[in-house]
Amino acid sequence: MSQVAQRKGRAGFITGFLFAPLALYLTFVIWPYVQTFGYSFTNWSGQSPTFDFVGMDNYATLLSDEVFRGALWHNLLLLVFVPLVTILLALFFAFMVNAGGRGGAGGVQGVGGSRFYKVVYFFPQVLSLAILSVLFGAIYRSDEGGLLNGFLTKIGVIDAAHPVEWLNEPNLVLWCLLLVVVWHGVGFYLVLFSAAMQSVPKDIYEAALLDGAGRAQTFFKVTLPLLWDSVQTSAVYLGIAAMDMFVLVSTMTSGQFGGGPDHHSEVMSTVLMRNFLYFGKSGYACAMGVVMLALTMILSVITLRATRRERIEF
Amino acid sequence: MGSTGEGLGRRDLIKRSAALGLITVPTMSFLSACASGGEENSTKGPAKAPVTKENPFGVAKGGKLDVVVFKGGFGDDYAKAWEAAFDKKWGTTSSHLGTQEITAKLQPRFNAGNPPDVVDDSGAQQIKLDVLAKGDQLADLTAVLDSPSLDDPTKKVRDTLVEGAYEQGLQGGKFVVLKYVYAVFGFWYSGKLFKEKGWAPPKTWDEFLAVCAKAKEAGIGGLAHQGKFPYYINVVIMDLIAKKGGLDAMKAIDNLEPNAFEGNPAALAAVEAVYEVVEKGLLMPGTNGLTHTESQTAWNQYKAAFIPSGSWLENEQLKQTPEDFDMKFLPMPLLADSKLPFEAIRAGVDEPFIVPEKAANKAAGFEFLRSMLSREWSTIFAQQANSLTVVKDGVDPSVKLRPGTQSAVEALKAAGSNTFSYRYPDWYSEMDTEIQNASNELMAQRIQPKEWIKRAQAAVDKAAKDPNAKNNKRA
Repeated sequence: MSQVAQRKGRAGFITGFLFAPLALYLTFVIWPYVQTFGYSFTNWSGQSPTFDFVGMDNYATLLSDEVFRGALWHNLLLLVFVPLVTILLALFFAFMVNAGGRGGAGGVQGVGGSRFYKVVYFFPQVLSLAILSVLFGAIYRSDEGGLLNGFLTKIGVIDAAHPVEWLNEPNLVLWCLLLVVVWHGVGFYLVLFSAAMQSVPKDIYEAALLDGAGRAQTFFKVTLPLLWDSVQTSAVYLGIAAMDMFVLVSTMTSGQFGGGPDHHSEVMSTVLMRNFLYFGKSGYACAMGVVMLALTMILSVITLRATRRERIEF
Repeated sequence: MGSTGEGLGRRDLIKRSAALGLITVPTMSFLSACASGGEENSTKGPAKAPVTKENPFGVAKGGKLDVVVFKGGFGDDYAKAWEAAFDKKWGTTSSHLGTQEITAKLQPRFNAGNPPDVVDDSGAQQIKLDVLAKGDQLADLTAVLDSPSLDDPTKKVRDTLVEGAYEQGLQGGKFVVLKYVYAVFGFWYSGKLFKEKGWAPPKTWDEFLAVCAKAKEAGIGGLAHQGKFPYYINVVIMDLIAKKGGLDAMKAIDNLEPNAFEGNPAALAAVEAVYEVVEKGLLMPGTNGLTHTESQTAWNQYKAAFIPSGSWLENEQLKQTPEDFDMKFLPMPLLADSKLPFEAIRAGVDEPFIVPEKAANKAAGFEFLRSMLSREWSTIFAQQANSLTVVKDGVDPSVKLRPGTQSAVEALKAAGSNTFSYRYPDWYSEMDTEIQNASNELMAQRIQPKEWIKRAQAAVDKAAKDPNAKNNKRA
């Protein structure tokens, strides 16, 4: 057998294996996207197989939909704060448990008990979002039975007759949710950054120490630049999470699929689901889906571009 | 009890959610494919017995009966009791399935053409009734309505039903769904607490506020409501409007009239009355942010005097209610110059029972439904599921019911024909949601009654542009 034929045979073999996953991917991932795109030009109700073609109407309505615009704004706020706060905290903790200890005779090490912290910080990550919403539901509960309210009443900060209705306060609700996401995410990114830090050769740190660098300098001049790839990836992941937020908002806040009080915690996915399943405006909801997809893709590209830096080899 | 599925099921008693929207499209094609398929099986099943007065559908003795019920907030003990009674009378062997997964269990059977004989198609995973109806899967139950009642053979079954049971069982003009549960709406209180404190159940809104004020003095909240679900406080607002302004005020809202809220003095008075509770600090602290179970449980712990809900409340709270709580129903207290009497109450039907068109033993299915509409079976349901049925005076007075159900029965009797029911939550989900949002803001004291009226009217005006608005009219 000639080498060319052999190569052809191998190509066929590989194609054969690739075909099934590709077909599955096209059927279950790409095709629904195409369908959604198609439905977004109709007035499909979601409950019946008949619908009319309405052109760009749904997109025009979307432009003036205040609830959706509010939701978009909330998503953007979360998009800034979720990655920022999570990554900063995770970096700080990761640095402390890996390189934050006193550089004694043993060189670079974490603060005392750092192994214990690593495990403990990871705990929130193993909880599912459903459990998380129950847990934080009990913390934010609006009467004195809530953990926060109970505590604040005990120490006399608030009056028992006027507890803080955390998730029913227009100005607080979004931040309360943000805290849950950050609490949930920090542990995972701490472990991720820890792994990245451990792959940084110790002698770089030692050299920095010998040169008299303090903790802050070590962090900003050595650790962060060497971790940039991980940080970048984390930012994209967290950004996508911030664009979603569906489970938390829909289970923790008031309203059909959440979003309350009075749309103050609305995110795009909750508005979408409400229109899709509850209001019978599925075509309109599909238009929202298309907008969300476009935004998510644009943001991913921007994040990757904006954070692009020279790669440091080690 | 207390699982999420049940909680949701109960909360949505009147308005079951349309969460199955995603799968209705494929369902649709399956069903229509099936409907156009084999009709050749229609003669199977047990031989028919001759039709007599006692046996209007010709049920053959010794046949089989296949029953599937939604095992939600009402459990399924009532159905087991019914089946035992049916087997005894007709010599049938019945098979029973109580499940929450109605769609998963039944869709293949509907598609294969061997559905059960009786189905309680309810819960979050119900098969959408309009889909079944369009696929010709539902037997026309008119024959059941026209058969003689078991309690009084001189009466037809249809004459023993409460108002609304017939209209709400229609699909495309045919009566194919028997909605069996009857719910009344109003305030609930603890008979024990009221006796202890010497409070009388209020008949007017002023008396209501006075009791709330006394409760506050005694260190407990006046009114609790299910703040996370403003559906419940809307019951209070809307019922006050209906009682003060009369049925016309209610219909104006359902019919989306331009002065349904704005320029309607009854509406403003009702919203101001509810707002007064907030303004005077008579709400249970924190109630605005609580779920239905949290607030109802707090109320069961004597942390509030009143809570609004439908009559499923007692069964829903069964585990949390103290033994001597003595739950009592209270019709919505009256505002000054109300057009409806104090006894008038909101009442609605739900829990859809069907007989599939292709059921093997359709005659027995029909007979089962006829028996359900007897006083004997209705009493069984009231005892086992702690809820009322659509059978008029359907509970034997000698039977001991739980206190809440008992007081709901008495309230219904006192109401007589003075029952009413809003349609807009079923017709216009979006408008309902917007009004609920406004109510949440009102209860949190972030908007004033006038602003509420404005927002509610805006929701009505928006709904008036809905293409369905032409068809959804009530006289």
